[in-house]
This record gives sequence, C-alpha cells and structure tokens, in this order.
Amino acid sequence: MNAIIIAAVWGVIMMFSGILFKDNSRVRVLSIIGIVLLLVSNCLDLGGTHFFNINTHNMLYFDSFGLLFNTIAFASTLIYFLLSGKDIEKVGSNVGEYFALIFFVLCGVSIVSSFNTLLMLFIGIEMLSIPLYILTGSDKRNLKSNEASLKYFLMGAFSTGLMLLGIAFLYGASEKGTFFVDELAIGKSVVSPLFIVGLILLMVSMAFKVSAAPFHFWTPDVYDGAPTVFTSFMATVVKAAAFIGFIRLFGDSFNDVKPQWQIFVAIITAATLFIGNLTAVFQQSVKRMLAYSSIAQAGFMLFALLTLNTYAKEGIILYTAAYSLATIGIFAILIKMKDYTFDGFNGLAKYHPVLAAVNTIFLLSLAGIPLTAGFFAKYYMLAAVLQTGKFLWLVIFSLICAAVSIYYYFRVIQAMYFKEGTPQIADTTVSFKSMLIILAIIVVLLGIFPQWLIDKLYIIYI
Amino acid sequence: MSGFIGFFIKSSSTAKSWSLFSSIITLIISLTGIVLYNDNAHLQFNAEWIPALNSRFAVRLDGMGQILCLLTAVSFPIIFIATWREEYKNAKNFYALMLLSQTGLMGVFLSMDALLFYFFWELALVPVYFLASQWGGERRIQATFKFFIYTFVGSLFMLVGIIFLYFHTKDHSFSIESFYALRTTISSQDQSWLFWLFFVAFAIKMPIFPFHTWQPDTYEQSSTAVTMVLSGIMVKMGLFGLIRWLAPVLPIGTWAWGDTASALCIIGMIYASLLAIRQNDLKRMVAYSSIAHIGLMCLAVFATTQISMQGVMIQMFNHGINIIGLWIVVDLIERQFHTRKLNELGGLALKAPSLAILLVVIALANVALPLTNAFIGEFMMFSGIYGSVATKYNVVFTVTAGISIILSAVYMLNMIQKVFYGNSNALTANAKDIRANEKIILAVIVVLILVVGIYPQPVFELTKGIVDTILAKMNYKQ
Repeated sequence: MNAIIIAAVWGVIMMFSGILFKDNSRVRVLSIIGIVLLLVSNCLDLGGTHFFNINTHNMLYFDSFGLLFNTIAFASTLIYFLLSGKDIEKVGSNVGEYFALIFFVLCGVSIVSSFNTLLMLFIGIEMLSIPLYILTGSDKRNLKSNEASLKYFLMGAFSTGLMLLGIAFLYGASEKGTFFVDELAIGKSVVSPLFIVGLILLMVSMAFKVSAAPFHFWTPDVYDGAPTVFTSFMATVVKAAAFIGFIRLFGDSFNDVKPQWQIFVAIITAATLFIGNLTAVFQQSVKRMLAYSSIAQAGFMLFALLTLNTYAKEGIILYTAAYSLATIGIFAILIKMKDYTFDGFNGLAKYHPVLAAVNTIFLLSLAGIPLTAGFFAKYYMLAAVLQTGKFLWLVIFSLICAAVSIYYYFRVIQAMYFKEGTPQIADTTVSFKSMLIILAIIVVLLGIFPQWLIDKLYIIYI
Repeated sequence: MSGFIGFFIKSSSTAKSWSLFSSIITLIISLTGIVLYNDNAHLQFNAEWIPALNSRFAVRLDGMGQILCLLTAVSFPIIFIATWREEYKNAKNFYALMLLSQTGLMGVFLSMDALLFYFFWELALVPVYFLASQWGGERRIQATFKFFIYTFVGSLFMLVGIIFLYFHTKDHSFSIESFYALRTTISSQDQSWLFWLFFVAFAIKMPIFPFHTWQPDTYEQSSTAVTMVLSGIMVKMGLFGLIRWLAPVLPIGTWAWGDTASALCIIGMIYASLLAIRQNDLKRMVAYSSIAHIGLMCLAVFATTQISMQGVMIQMFNHGINIIGLWIVVDLIERQFHTRKLNELGGLALKAPSLAILLVVIALANVALPLTNAFIGEFMMFSGIYGSVATKYNVVFTVTAGISIILSAVYMLNMIQKVFYGNSNALTANAKDIRANEKIILAVIVVLILVVGIYPQPVFELTKGIVDTILAKMNYKQ
C-alpha cells in the first residue's frame, strides 16, 4: 500500500517540480529521491511496516510475491534513473512530466502486482499503459515517435475494450456476480461457455500487453519509434509488471480450470518463441533486435503462465529481475551510441573496453549462459515445465529457439570484439561506467547465488 | 581444492610468466593430491550452493577425475612453455582466458553434482569461444560461432535430461549419488530418449560422426595453443561425461543403444582416417586423426568390459599428451615456415634433426606402436572390444577398428615422409632446428610416452577402483 500512495503522490510532486525548478538536473535529483523513497517504503511494507492503513475492502491484497516484484521493479527503475536520467532530460522540454508519468506507471505497477479483483486489474493495467502512450510520443518532432504513439494508443485501447468485455462476461458467468478473482472459479472443474469466452478475451488482452504472439505486432514499431530511453523502461519494467499481473490473475482465479486454457497458452508460447527469435535474426538495427528479443524473452516467461507451480512463481521473480537488469544495462549503452546498427558496435572493445565487457555480460545473461542470472532464470522456467511432465515438445522447441537467440546476441559481441571500426558514441562519465559495472556484478552474483532473491519470497512478515 | 583458483589478471604484461607459474602450482597441487592421498575422504569438498534446488557445490577427486585432472594440470604448463615465444596481441587477455578455461575444465572433471557439472561444462565453453575467435586464422569467427552454437545446443539437450532426472530422484537432489540411484527406477523407454539427450551433447563434444563437422574448421582456424586445449582436454570432457554421467545412470539405455552408438563411432573412425590421408593441411590432418582416436575410445566405452574401460582411462591421458605433442610440432613448423601444407614442405630432417626425431616418436605413438603409451591403451581397448559381451558385433567392431589403425599408420608415415624426408625445397632449405625450450617440452612428452608405454602400472592403480564401480553400476542385473 505504501508504494501505491507514494508513487501517485510523488508523480504529482514531479509534475509541479517541472514548473518550480528551472534546472532540469534538479528535477532528476528529485526523481531519484522519489524512487529511493518508493523502494525503501516498499521494503518496509515487505517487512511489516505499513504507513497507510486504508481499508480496500479486500480489493487489493499485498503478499510477498507482489511486494517482492514491486521491489524488483523499483530497484530496476532506480538503476534506470541513475543510468539514463540525463538522457531523459534530452528527450524534450517537459522533463518534469516525463518523470511524473514514470511515477504514475510505477503506481500502476504496484496495483497490478497486488490486485484481488478484476476491476483493480483493469485500473492497474490502464495506469500502466496510458502514461506510456504519452511517453512513446514524447519526441514530438520525430515522425516515427508520433506514429508509434498513435499505434500503441489505438491497439492499447482496443485491447482494453476486449479486457472489459472479458471482465463483464466473467462477472456474468460467476454464480453470485462477483469481480473478486478468488471467487471466480475456485473449486470448479466445469465452467460455462460464457466463462470460457470471458477467460479467452481476458487472456488475449493480457497477451497483447505482454506482447505475446500473435498479439505482438505493435511491439517492434512502438519500441523502435519511441525514444530509446523510454523503450528501455517499457521493455523491462512494464512488460515484467504485465506478466506478474497475468500470472497473478491466472494463478489465483483460473488455476482449477487449467485444462481449458493451457493448450492456448502453449500455442501462444510456441508462436511467441518462434516469431520473436526468428525475426530477431534478420534485424539490422540493434534497437529493433532488442525489441524482438524482448518478445522472445516473453515467450520464456510464458512458461511460468503455462505451469503455475512453485518453480513458476520463483522463476518468474528471478526472470523478471534478470531480464530487467540486463536489458536496462544494454539499453543504457545503446542510448549512448549514435549508430544503432550492428556495425555501429564494431570495435567497441578497443575504444571502450569497460562498456564492451559489461555489454557482453548483459548479452550473455539474456542468452542464458551459466554464471549469469539469465541462466538460472531459464533453468527455472524449464524446470517448471518439466515438473508437470507435459508439454515436452514445447521444451525441446524452446531449446532450439534459445540456440537461435545466441546467434543474434552474439552478433553484437562479435561486432564489439572481433571486428574493426570506430564506434561513434556520446561521452560517458565515470559514474555511468561504475554504475554499469555494479549492475554487471549484480547480474553475475544473481547467476551464482539466485537463492538470495528467491528466499525473499518466503519471508513472511505481513 | 586444486583447480578452483580462478585467475583473472588483466593488469600485468608479465601475464605470460604468471600464467605459467600458476599452472605449475596447479600441477604440483594435483600431483600431491594424487600421490599422497589415495583415500577419497581427504579429497572432497562439499558446500551448500543453491538449497532451493538442492544442488550442492560438491567436488571430489576420484580415480577418473585424478587421471583427467592430471592431464589438465600437466597439459597447461606444457602448452604455455611450448608457445612461449608466440606473440599474441592482447596477451594478458589471452592468458587470463586460458586460465579461466582451465578452471572450467577442472570443475567439469571434479564435480559430483549434476547442476554444478553443467555449470562448469558451459563455463569451460565461454573462454574457449573468446580464445578461438580473437586469435587465429581468417575464417575463425564463423568457425568458432558454429562450434559454439553446436556445442550449446547439445548442452541444452543435456540440461533438459538433467532436469528430468532431477525430478525423478528420490530426495530431489542433483548429487551424483542420487543420480546413480536412479538407474533402477527409470523405465526403459525413458532411458532410451534420455540416453540420446545426453549422448548428443557428448557426441558433439567428442566429436562423433555425424556431429563432428564443427571440429576440423575450428581446430584449423584457432591458434595452436587453443587447439591444444580443445583437442587435448576438451574432447575428454565428452568421454568423461559419457563414463561418469551417462553410462552408470542410464545403463539400460546404454546397453540398448550401444550398438547404434558404436556403429556411429566406427563410421566416424574410418571416415576420419580416410579424410586424414587426403589432407594437405597439417592441422586438418591432425584434427581428423583426433576424431578417429576418440571414436575408438568411445567404442571401447560401449564395450563395457573391465579391460576396455581401463584402456579408455589410460588412453584419455595418453591421447591428450600425444595430441598435444603433435600440435606442438605443427605449431613449430608453422611458425618457422608460415605454411602448413604438406606439399610445400620437405626435407626437414637434414636441417632439424632433433625436431625430426621427437616428431617421429610422437607420430609413432599416435599410431600406437609398441613401447609407446598409446599402444598400451589401444591394446587393452581392442582386447576389451573383442571380448565384449555387450554386443554381438564385437568381431566386426574390432576388425574395423583395426583397419582404422592401419589407416592412421598410413597418414602418419605419409606426413613424416613428406615433411621430413624427401627433397628440401626453397622454403625449407634454410630451416633452423628447434630451440631449447621447445626441445625440452617435446622431450618431456617423449619421455612420458615411453615411460608410460613401458611401465603403465601406476596409472592402472589409480583408475582401477573407479572402473570397477562404474562397471558395477552399468551392470544393472547385479
């Protein structure tokens, strides 16, 4: 509860700071203070200290799963601010509003990770998405940015309509007319067709939000058109939050009717892995490649949705952490590059060895090489599916796709280390590089001791 | 524990001497470990790693591990000394990566926990990828990329197998004892496809036909020191995995598919030997000959007799030493004459007699002439294969394996003749004989060859215990 209130309030503060402070860097500092405050208050929430005691009539439920994910999201955003805060200032003139919108998004993240009723899920998803529509189009002079924003808005509105329809059907199909997720279908094994339709509609709209195929078509254009600094945020924190919402929804309400929808999720997962990995291979721009790679990573995260067992819950926490940290790191470096194509990275190792080394660690983590967090993330996903004993074809298919993913991740490594060239890159400060090094160390540490994060799931103070 | 010191020095330009020093320290530690403590209890280390997955950081130095750790520990100093004069750009990165790969390799041979084994398996791969990509021939990037993806796909299959087995263990753990206890509980059908999951990974590593296509290109394009690591030690990872993790855990699968796998080995042996005869490039020839030798060892594993397994153990060590010796010679020739083509060389024996003598001994060891170490190994493997009850084709296998030995004599002697004897041409007219450090290293190898060839008993003592254990586990009827 702490996080929701503080995020919303701080968003408003940031809006006003845009007017009060003439100096953009003060706005940035204020935002960093805000995110630290958010992170601390969330951890206090995890530890049992609640600042606000508002009776939500059981509409919001704060358990360690949601709060732990909040922590990851806020920590990722903190790192994101520290690394790319200055680049946010460069996007346009309304710097205060950009930060404010990000805080509103974080408020939405907190709601999505702790909803207990479908209405709250709807509010949370909307709070996640609407600021992003604005952020996508924030580079007003760039035609691509405007196009991306419009595309995102139209597709997003459409999917929201589907979600509302699905919620309405589920409401109608429930026995006593309820929105509460835990009363929808617990204990039932046979459900009415109305229920199934509502479920599918809800699944489709959530799949849109997490950019699962075949609902992913907006992702490359939107990620590519948005200012790179906001793509970084969108592709990591927001996607992860949408996933958590997805898993919370299905885990709490539809767990008992698994046979009805598991096959759909399996097909969606296979399509996502296939399309994401295959198209990423052919990209010429690293930014677009990362957009497709985020679709491919979403495919792996969908394993958690497919199985919904302990491994899945632990795994999705680890996966969101590993994926967010690594992608934020890569984007932080990408923002500084002037040339977004693969050839733009040629020779980076010679001129900026530190940047090349940390970039390699992040790429290895995304590829799933041991010693990085990404390996254990993928491991948990595989273990989750293997534990059910079904869907082995999907496991083998995902392994082949993982091998394909190595190709495009390693193209960047090869360009950096093994090709000659002079990379055009903006100036990087020492603090930037040291922040990146810390991030890389975290990724490696999580790869050796994933325990540290997963244990937090089971510390119950609330 | 020996081998777990990850050296990561990126600062000093004296990296060469440091790496040599540290690899010698590793060697001394390994030797002490093997010689002084014959009791298993002293040589293990078990600590918590990931309690949620019940995976422990468990390492132990038992018989098979000893042999391979000894090989690794002996090879790295040899490699460093032999390539001492080679100038690498970014030398410190090169040596740091070499030592990292040594860590990974040691870890593979020592680990007693399946997840840890997989962890080190991949860990050995990454430094080698960078090593092979950054220093080597012109087409090295594509060749190494192929190598990496190939091996990685195989390892992923192995990961699925490991996870599947993990779920079937009684106490849900990755430790090797739990995995060994699985051999009676998994059904035959499951064992069949699990066998293939693991075997594909190991077959790609070894390599066994038809998964060998990455090998000649990668060996040829890498710089020779890296090739020494690849062919001397990394291929043993595949064999090691086969013996330690595949055969005892899935005995029914091994027995069922042993014939198919052996057939693949045989095809690979003959095919590779024939190709080796036709090669003009020294490096590719040695690469193909390596496939043939490993094929024989893999065949012997599937023969599952006491003698053949002992033969494999000792041959793993021997082949490592011999092939490194061969690569050193190839490297010397290439460095002096800047060519590896057989038809451009000739008549070196007149100008470089020491090189010629040492090479001839090593080459004859490769052919497994009596008095050399390889003879012991191959003879045992042959007797094992011939006397094997695991397959009804044992005579066929023995005969075809024998043919491949004859073919190996053909290409080896062919190489000796073309390179050292015959007429010297313009290129080799000014050949200089090898220098002191190279002479010493080659002499060390030759001595090892002859000593183990004449008195192999100590090696057998080391490995007897583990061979018996593994065979007992494989014989599921007991």
